[in-house]
Amino acid sequence: MSLFGNPYDARAKLSCACGAHATQAEHDEAARLDAERLSARALEEAAMRALFPKRAERRRFLSAVGAQAAAAAIASVFPLGALQAMAQEKGKPEKRDLKVGFIPITCATPLIMSSPLGFYEKQGLNVTLVKTAGWALIRDKVMNGEYDASHLLAPMPLAITLGAGSAPLPMHVATIQNSNGQAITLAMKHKDNRDPKKWKGFKFGIPFDFSIHNLLLRYYLAEHGLDPDKDVQLRVIPPPEMVANLRAGNIDGFLGPDPFNQRAVFDQVGFLHVLSKDLWDGHPCCSFGVQSAWVKQHPNSFAALFRAVLNAAAMAANPANRPTIANAIAPANYLNQPPALLEQVLTGKFADGLGNVKNVPDRVIFDPVPWDGLGVWILTQMKRWGYVKGDVKYQQIVDQVYLMTDAKKRMKEEGIIAPAENPRKIVVMGKAFDKAKPEAYVASFAIKRT
Amino acid sequence: MGTRAKSAVLSALIALVLALAWHIGTLPKGPQAAGVDPEYAKLMGLDKPKGDGLPTLAEVGATAWKQVSDPFYDAGSNDKGIGIQLAYSLGRVGLGFVLAALVAIPLGFVIGLSPVAHGALNPFIQVLKPISPLAWMPLALYTIKDSTTSSIFVIFICSIWPMLINTAHGVASVRRDWLNVARTLEAGTVRTAFQVILPAAAPTILTGMRISMGIAWLVIVAAEMLVGNLGVGYFVWNEWNNLSLSNVIFAIALIGVVGMLLDLAFGWAQRAVTYAE
Repeated sequence: MSLFGNPYDARAKLSCACGAHATQAEHDEAARLDAERLSARALEEAAMRALFPKRAERRRFLSAVGAQAAAAAIASVFPLGALQAMAQEKGKPEKRDLKVGFIPITCATPLIMSSPLGFYEKQGLNVTLVKTAGWALIRDKVMNGEYDASHLLAPMPLAITLGAGSAPLPMHVATIQNSNGQAITLAMKHKDNRDPKKWKGFKFGIPFDFSIHNLLLRYYLAEHGLDPDKDVQLRVIPPPEMVANLRAGNIDGFLGPDPFNQRAVFDQVGFLHVLSKDLWDGHPCCSFGVQSAWVKQHPNSFAALFRAVLNAAAMAANPANRPTIANAIAPANYLNQPPALLEQVLTGKFADGLGNVKNVPDRVIFDPVPWDGLGVWILTQMKRWGYVKGDVKYQQIVDQVYLMTDAKKRMKEEGIIAPAENPRKIVVMGKAFDKAKPEAYVASFAIKRT
Repeated sequence: MGTRAKSAVLSALIALVLALAWHIGTLPKGPQAAGVDPEYAKLMGLDKPKGDGLPTLAEVGATAWKQVSDPFYDAGSNDKGIGIQLAYSLGRVGLGFVLAALVAIPLGFVIGLSPVAHGALNPFIQVLKPISPLAWMPLALYTIKDSTTSSIFVIFICSIWPMLINTAHGVASVRRDWLNVARTLEAGTVRTAFQVILPAAAPTILTGMRISMGIAWLVIVAAEMLVGNLGVGYFVWNEWNNLSLSNVIFAIALIGVVGMLLDLAFGWAQRAVTYAE
């Protein structure tokens, strides 16, 4: 609830839009009932048309038996009730006006583009996207119910469900927003210091403790023999503030989300040391999450949101659409970045900050399915670094939080091709991961906190 | 030339020198593309003249003009004109400030009139007063569960102390003679409070309100940068994301001007209630 109604909102009226109802809410309710009745009517009409393609025949039939009898006769042949119920399952969100939070980064592409490109509207939703200053605030606003759904880092819903870093609250991940699309960016002064073994004492920016960025950076450093808790400093910095901190010399580098890696290059304060894709091709980054309780209270609204974002992800998956998308999400209302910059991130043709033009078409990819293996990997690393302690029921927690089966089913319904298995094997820096043996995986690392 | 005129000329000169230094310091370098792969240069934006971060005077001027000439545009939930942003900030400050005044002034009266209440409440005031208002933010978000109300609460908590302390001080230092005269004339408690103590303490109370308003205006910008979503502070943060320093500089100037106007308004009110003994 906001204490201020927006006095400048053109739609805010003292009565309703048509003037026949006292409030806009009443008007909306009447319109909804109308729409329901009309859609039922539309179905009956379609059935009549199918039975009597010629208008003259239909008229003769109706005048001969009477409308009442005709309706009863047709209902006995056609399962009109069932058809109407099916149509309604798609057509009636419990709550139409939704607030969805986001951080202004390209990871949120599907859920942001759904607004300017009309994916939400098409599902009958009126979504207000709320730009948010940092991940801790996103977590708080999701947990206190200010946001109906939100852009979250892939590990956050798992952490919140387990009560790591917050009070425990069951969450769901509907889709993975994006895969790959991050990078380790270093300050210009380190351009001849590319060997991680020599990075003792470095200060790195990460967006949040429960982020794939933190887990990947820790993994990368540990593979090179550095203990991320002792040999370097990891600082939580909201993504938008990373470039400013790099320029000010507060940090030596960051593993952060785009467009801020590319922005550091564009502003000539840093260079791309390594893309996250080169650490683990196909790693998840951000997710689209909701409280489990919200799904129970608003199953249809949730289904509509789910469909909108899945369709958006399908559009984003096609590289040909990326320039259009870059232009749609660039304005100040969304990312507030130059479109040319976003295009470099989304198309994968970019300057690396060291004088080279790189062409990496899968710099960022959009596979919306929350594969369970991804969640299990995240939990193994949370265990490895001591964010969760004791016995972890890996598969059980992931199955509860990541709605993999649900996502695949809904994609099929929407006519989007969904593979049965994760098309990309989980291989992190050359080491394969078996989701069936998480404990052995955790135990296999030399540097760990368990 | 009078002193006033001299000061005015000097002020103008200082402004001119500062502007000139800024202009010279930020002149853009020409295209730096020489010797660089043209494709790379284009991706880096080097094919056009590019400053090294700080915007030029002309750029800031153009930005300011653009913002001021269309202050009420609405391009979506996260992008509104500067006039609307300002209205949100002033609304939050106004609401938090009025709530604080409603609590602080009556409470200040009680503390000022009763030494027992003063002794009992003083330890709390002394502990709570020095807490940075933003430190309350996480607690407020967690308990109030609404970010707008939380920022209003933060304004409330930061503007309550100067008003409370000044009111108490003003009430306590009303001249004994006046109270005695009131008692001789058999004025009731309420009448004494409103017709003797309030006018006598008004200048001190208004000083407290003036200090409070200054602090509230400082804090709202920081609070909005923290919780975001509309307001001048949010505007600064949003343009910082875009590293658009010309917008940030424009916002800084605007915050300064609005702060000055608020202070002038309270200064004027203060003069209106001041009396000569």
